[in-house]
Amino acid sequence: MTREEILTELKSVFAPYTSNKEMLESINDQTDLIGDLKINSANLVDIIIDAEAKYNIEIDYDSADKMINVGSCIDVISEKLNHR
Amino acid sequence: MGKRVVITGLGVVSPNGIGIPSFLNAIQQGKSGIRFDPLYEELHMSCHVAGKPEFEWESLKNYISEVSFHGLKGTNIAYGITAALDAWKDSGVVYDTDEPRWETGCVFGNSAPDAEATKTVINRVDSKEVKKLGSRVVEQTMNSGVTSFISGRLGLGNRVVTNSTACATGTQAILMGYEYIQSGMAQRMVVGSSEYIDPYIFGTFDSMRVLSRKFNDQPEKASRPMSATAGGFVPGSGAAAMILEDLDFALARGARIYAEVLGGAANSGGQRGGGTMTAPNPTGVLRCIGDAITKSGIKPSDVDMISGHLTATMADKQEIQCWSQVLGRSGKDFPLTNSLKSMVGHCLSAAGSIESVACVLQIIHGFVHPNINLEDPNTDILKIIDQSCMPTNMIKRELNVIAKANFGFGDVNSCLIFSKFSN
Repeated sequence: MTREEILTELKSVFAPYTSNKEMLESINDQTDLIGDLKINSANLVDIIIDAEAKYNIEIDYDSADKMINVGSCIDVISEKLNHR
Repeated sequence: MGKRVVITGLGVVSPNGIGIPSFLNAIQQGKSGIRFDPLYEELHMSCHVAGKPEFEWESLKNYISEVSFHGLKGTNIAYGITAALDAWKDSGVVYDTDEPRWETGCVFGNSAPDAEATKTVINRVDSKEVKKLGSRVVEQTMNSGVTSFISGRLGLGNRVVTNSTACATGTQAILMGYEYIQSGMAQRMVVGSSEYIDPYIFGTFDSMRVLSRKFNDQPEKASRPMSATAGGFVPGSGAAAMILEDLDFALARGARIYAEVLGGAANSGGQRGGGTMTAPNPTGVLRCIGDAITKSGIKPSDVDMISGHLTATMADKQEIQCWSQVLGRSGKDFPLTNSLKSMVGHCLSAAGSIESVACVLQIIHGFVHPNINLEDPNTDILKIIDQSCMPTNMIKRELNVIAKANFGFGDVNSCLIFSKFSN
């Protein structure tokens, strides 16, 4: 799975947790989940749970802590997919 | 002399009508909201009927953000949000605010947090899947979930409390809001309560054999307060809310005033003198109603109407006996009396708030709603009061003072006095 494919799919994972739909359409590696997408920090947990279910992977606490922007989310998901 | 407290907004989610216009029409027409509930039958409960609002889940999107909506499953929370925000809108104040509204608080009650949400937690935890619970469960399993959603949406910055006193919850919520304003601690309070007809809640009452079971094939006939054939109460659910304001605060903003809360009282019979976990000590009931009347500065003869607790159990007769004794009125001199439960069932925590909204509507529009299913009044009750005091058809009449009471498990009592507003 390419980074671009994961980025496209992540839009649907983030969608329920952000009301900033315009920003969501134009996300890139640097887009910050809390700062730019205005996602409530408590909801980061839900995004991790949803991503785990979507990709059938397990995201450990240390990896989850890294998922603060779109690029790092893609890094973690790609890495877990490769080690599945 | 404390502040005067007036009602400036109403909202309701009732089994026989959602929204004030629909509910008003239903209580004037004597429309039942009781239906057959297949789930109760499937679960082998003795009672197969219940009052459940015809609530459209998607309608919640009109009240809260899509992000809040996503993941919300608690039905009692949804009812509470709808009733409270409808009441707020009805009071003429906008939803949105950047600054907290420091002058406005909230007292909203429920008997238990959402049982479906709690079940999800139990199943996940027992399956060793705690990690999959996510962030949205706590807000729905904490007892203050409803209050938190309401106060968050409206930016309420004064005291925000979740109250719980079984079937007295709704009246007590209104009383607590009244007291905060009366004593000057807040200038406006959002008050009310909510309940869902959850089988995990009503199953426990079914097991106590206090629910109706003889009219399962005629749901609309099942709730029969004060009748000879009253055979237990019918589960009901929903929510209602009121906006209470300091009179001067309401006048200053040019608010429309529906009615006034003259006063009220809450107490417990101490589970002594005949009172138990499940039955009221009559002395406690007498004191509660008596205190409410005294604190409201009215005389027993001023009471034009009684909105009873009157659930359709053996306790109906004792309740009428208490009202008669404390008011010193009987026979044809007894006030007109009705029980909304004949139409919507017993909404437990939500009973007091839904019935109180009905009281205010009867004051505004000058009518006494009918008691349905009262073809056969209880003969012991007829020994105390005249049959004409329990109308079975709507009576058009100007009402100045309504006494409203609810009594709950734990031997707790709560009574409110509503009146027409005049300045």
